[in-house]
Amino acid sequence: MFGRIITLVIKEFLELRRDKWARFRLVVPPLIQMIIFGYAATFEVFGVSTAVLDFDHSQESRELISRFTYSGRFHIVKVAQAEPEINAAIDSGDAVVAIVIHPEFARLLRKGQSAPVQVVVDGTNSNTALISLGYVGEIAAQFAQDYATDLAQRLHGAQGPPAAQVVLEQRPWYNKDFNSRWFFVPGIIAMVILTMLVNLLSFAVVREREVGTLEQIMVTPIRPLEFILGKSIPFFLVGMALVALIVAVGTLWFRIPFVGNPLVLLLGTSLYLLSILGVGLLISTLCQTQQQAFATNFFVVNPMVTLSGFATPISSMPDVLQWLTCVDPVRYYLIIIRGTFVKGVGLAELWPQMAALAILGTGLLAASILRFRKSLD
Amino acid sequence: MRARRVRAIAWKEFLQVWRDPRSLMIALLMPFIQIMLLGYGVSVDIKHIPTCTFDREDSQRSEALLKRFQASEYFRIVEVESNYAGVTEALDYGRCKLAIVLPATFSQRLTDVGRSEVQAILDATDDNTANVALGYAQSVVAGFSADVELRQSARRGSPLQNTPLALEPRVWFNEDLNSRNFIVPGIVAMVLALVGAQLTSLTIAREWERGTMEVLISTPVTPSELMIGKVLPYFAIGLLDAAFCISLAVFWFEVPFRGTLATLLFTTSLYLVVVLGIGYLISVLIRSQIGASAIALLATLLPTMLLSGYTFPIDQMPWPVQAITYLVPSRYYVTIVKAVFLKGAGLAQLAVPISLLAVYAAVIAFLAARAFHKRLS
Repeated sequence: MFGRIITLVIKEFLELRRDKWARFRLVVPPLIQMIIFGYAATFEVFGVSTAVLDFDHSQESRELISRFTYSGRFHIVKVAQAEPEINAAIDSGDAVVAIVIHPEFARLLRKGQSAPVQVVVDGTNSNTALISLGYVGEIAAQFAQDYATDLAQRLHGAQGPPAAQVVLEQRPWYNKDFNSRWFFVPGIIAMVILTMLVNLLSFAVVREREVGTLEQIMVTPIRPLEFILGKSIPFFLVGMALVALIVAVGTLWFRIPFVGNPLVLLLGTSLYLLSILGVGLLISTLCQTQQQAFATNFFVVNPMVTLSGFATPISSMPDVLQWLTCVDPVRYYLIIIRGTFVKGVGLAELWPQMAALAILGTGLLAASILRFRKSLD
Repeated sequence: MRARRVRAIAWKEFLQVWRDPRSLMIALLMPFIQIMLLGYGVSVDIKHIPTCTFDREDSQRSEALLKRFQASEYFRIVEVESNYAGVTEALDYGRCKLAIVLPATFSQRLTDVGRSEVQAILDATDDNTANVALGYAQSVVAGFSADVELRQSARRGSPLQNTPLALEPRVWFNEDLNSRNFIVPGIVAMVLALVGAQLTSLTIAREWERGTMEVLISTPVTPSELMIGKVLPYFAIGLLDAAFCISLAVFWFEVPFRGTLATLLFTTSLYLVVVLGIGYLISVLIRSQIGASAIALLATLLPTMLLSGYTFPIDQMPWPVQAITYLVPSRYYVTIVKAVFLKGAGLAQLAVPISLLAVYAAVIAFLAARAFHKRLS
């Protein structure tokens, strides 16, 4: 049995060695995806295009505007003279945020009254809008506080009676600077491997079926189980090599810290590969042609990505979708890969995810072996 | 060019899709699944953040503050810890994303010094969720703080101090900052990229692989007749899918539609020409179905997901990546769709992206028409 499996594995690697184009397809697309998407995927907000309309032209209003510029979060692209210019800038998308300071601004401030500042935000991208509003609020609050202390000092010569205050101290763990890339790059590794391997494996099996070489193999003494193992083992090894390659890109190119234990990631990755190869094989048993395999892959892989928590937290999804995520191997792998990369947790914390992957993997592989036997008839 | 021959090819291609249940499924069911999954699954609105609390004081006041967290829909208190190790564990295991820790001297310091710190420990692995959670926590604490202040100044009989700055935020286009309103219109672009480029990318490659290309070459059909005939059925399917997605967006997800249907129809057709052309071009150049579909996936779907501004804002990307986005046709279409939906933009406001898309369509159509030669090798 082992002799026959090894023969099959060698056959697959020979095919790969002779097909220059296939080797190119195996290495270059994941690298390109990893690098471009590593740069593209971010929810961070810096240098938001901002328009300002300052009716007041006072020292105070200029001070407030300069605080926006110096924060690095806002980039002033337009200094407007009248209201319609602001509206046009937001309409055309030239500016995402507009700040309007009323003519009475400094006068009200000096009197210790509440001075209004109007902020217009283009809400088309709700996430950017929400985060920008948060920064606007922060800058305004800081300005207000500084101004109030300053005013109190000028009026009373010293600080007035302290008002009762409850303040929130932030302690971000694991990712102290809220760096978006630390979150996305490990996720991209999981995505790239998923799409590559499911496609490659299901196509490799279906092609044999479509071209008719599967029947030839089945008349040899090779049994279905041996055939499946012979097909999966090369892809498992290729998958491992690819993970190593793109993890190297993640740590060396993107400088994502790897604080955990590499062995834990290795174990998690093997279990993950087991499940996604199971998915690929199961798809291949359901399809007769490559076009069908392609369509089915799409139906399966896309929900797996969406439900995995890759970009948006699972806890914000509707309940029904949250239950569905429990059978998504990517969900568990994301916890493992982010846990080992950024959080530095080990087997003690990650064993539930490991167990879930092992169960899903064996279940999927067993199902595909059973289905494969049937699909031969 | 003979209309009869174009019609014959188109009819044959249509029958091929019609009789292959799986292609039909990708063409008709996929848009539905896609829009439902992404419409519900991808929500950047963060709610029900799993939170744990650790109240070291256990007084009436500390309880009152924690109650406010409990009452907020943004937090879901999943655990109440009795020691610091419990907090560490809850975050390490990933059971909680946020821990609120109240010091043992919380109300005492509030009375004596007039100032108390509350700790928010965040799992910042997912920096975006952490950032948003922090914002919500800040507003809960600020609300509590204002209440305490109010009660204190009422007791002292001194008038309440005004906050020197009153922010008046106005959100345009997506007034409730609902992330669904910006995700769902973008799905149209994704579905079209998928149906268009994926299905067409297989059409010519399939003829080569099945050996029917020789028969096709021996007929009097010209390359441009072949192109138009092959692409027409997918154009119809694409328009149907677009209509379907747009109706779901408007009637099911209730995304505001402020533009005109005519603008949307015109730009959608333009975009379809581009994606169908890309799919056809790939199909001609790469003669294997696996190769063609893999390249089509790399060339259309992934850039549409990540580089079109569909979820990740383009202006936050480093400039080389921003430069690449100009080559992604969905970048223009996503801008157009969102503007037509949310801003009610017409042809005049969208002149730039529309003309760029038109140039793109012309170039792709020209290349695709010239790429196919009636030769066997």
